[in-house]
Amino acid sequence: MSELMEFLSMGGYAFFVWSSYGLTTIILLAVVFWSSRQLKQSRTQAFRRALQHRNKQ
Amino acid sequence: MYRFAERLAPWLAILCVLTLAAGLYLGLVVAPADYEQGDSYRIIYIHVPAAWMSMFVYMVMATSSAVFLIWRLKIADIVAVASAPIGAAFTAVALLTGSFWGKPMWGTWWIWDARLTSELLLLFLYLGYLALRGALESPQSASKAAAILAIVGVVNIPIIHFSVEWWNTLHQPASITKFDKPSMHISMLRPLLLMVLAFQLLYFHNLMVRVRALILQRENRASWVAELAEKNHV
Amino acid sequence: MTPKRKQRLLMVCLMLSGVGVAVAFGVNAFKQNIMLFHSPSDVAAGAVEPGTPFRVGGMVIDGSVNRSSETLAVSFGLTDHAENITVSFEGILPDLFREGQGIVAMGSIDDQGTFNATEVLAKHDENYMPPEVAEALEKAGKMPGTAANYGSKTVQP
Repeated sequence: MSELMEFLSMGGYAFFVWSSYGLTTIILLAVVFWSSRQLKQSRTQAFRRALQHRNKQ
Repeated sequence: MYRFAERLAPWLAILCVLTLAAGLYLGLVVAPADYEQGDSYRIIYIHVPAAWMSMFVYMVMATSSAVFLIWRLKIADIVAVASAPIGAAFTAVALLTGSFWGKPMWGTWWIWDARLTSELLLLFLYLGYLALRGALESPQSASKAAAILAIVGVVNIPIIHFSVEWWNTLHQPASITKFDKPSMHISMLRPLLLMVLAFQLLYFHNLMVRVRALILQRENRASWVAELAEKNHV
Repeated sequence: MTPKRKQRLLMVCLMLSGVGVAVAFGVNAFKQNIMLFHSPSDVAAGAVEPGTPFRVGGMVIDGSVNRSSETLAVSFGLTDHAENITVSFEGILPDLFREGQGIVAMGSIDDQGTFNATEVLAKHDENYMPPEVAEALEKAGKMPGTAANYGSKTVQP
């Protein structure tokens, strides 16, 4: 337990170390989620359009 | 191209998670504290990879923009657009983590020295690139104008890299470009290199996802998309 | 390569070199502004008028730090291994401030040639090592010096 506390305290720099790691996680995860959501959206849209287009021909 | 990106992505994701886990464990738990900076130096394990990637992604963007301008390859344009938001994110991470390192060590969140200013300029180049894309109506002229901006902006990359050598800055010189004798102890260097690899993989994975999305957007009338749709029972 | 592509390639190269040259000239013209700080040699050479605020950077001289026992006032010598300057400051110093360490201070020189700092920032070097290694290197007298060479980037007035 005390080892964990020691690890979390980062030699007194806990605020700076963990804030930067936290912010980095948030930013990078946001980009990852945004990209996969975009892929999902364009997939459904493109699939629908492509099928429509073919059925018209 | 689409199939290629689809097949590659899961492997990149697995490798990325593995290197990330190893890098974080070695960097945060195993690596010893620095003799002068204590544990605060551990920010380096995200700061340096992010800063390195911010420049690497820009080089990819500028190169593919040049390829697009000269050979008119559509895929080059797609790679450039797909890279821009990822590069901007890495730049933001580099600036923010640098700030959180600068406050306890230097005594300030921000200073207008050559390194920090040119890195901020890089962020604006990414944002300007994306804004230019969004602002122009015709996709053709938007692609060309944005490609020119990306190529012109590449001048900033050597400035960022050499700023700490050319001018007096508060930022310290590079630790790991000196291959003959890195100024970092091996136990601290190993996790750093792992983290650089992890960020690199994160970029390529993300690039594959975005490239697929953009290909689908642009080719939503192609017959291969219809075939793919049928295969997936949509 | 078709002639058209060759022409485009040439255009891109021309554009890049044009912008490169322009930026190089611009950066060179503003060299003085891009330098974050002056060295004590600059100050000794009279690069800065007394009273005007500027930044000075150098190494804190070993054994030169004088702390007041009641207030936060501190004074210390700063060197670039050529010239020295005395800096006085009142306030909280950054964690990395210590003798032999590089710092950058904002302030101005008074008539006596003392630099009155309003802000002191620590400049750390590119060396990272565990404390045990640092101790061992210190004992062997092989401690790597900082690459922050204050002399080579000096701006002459």
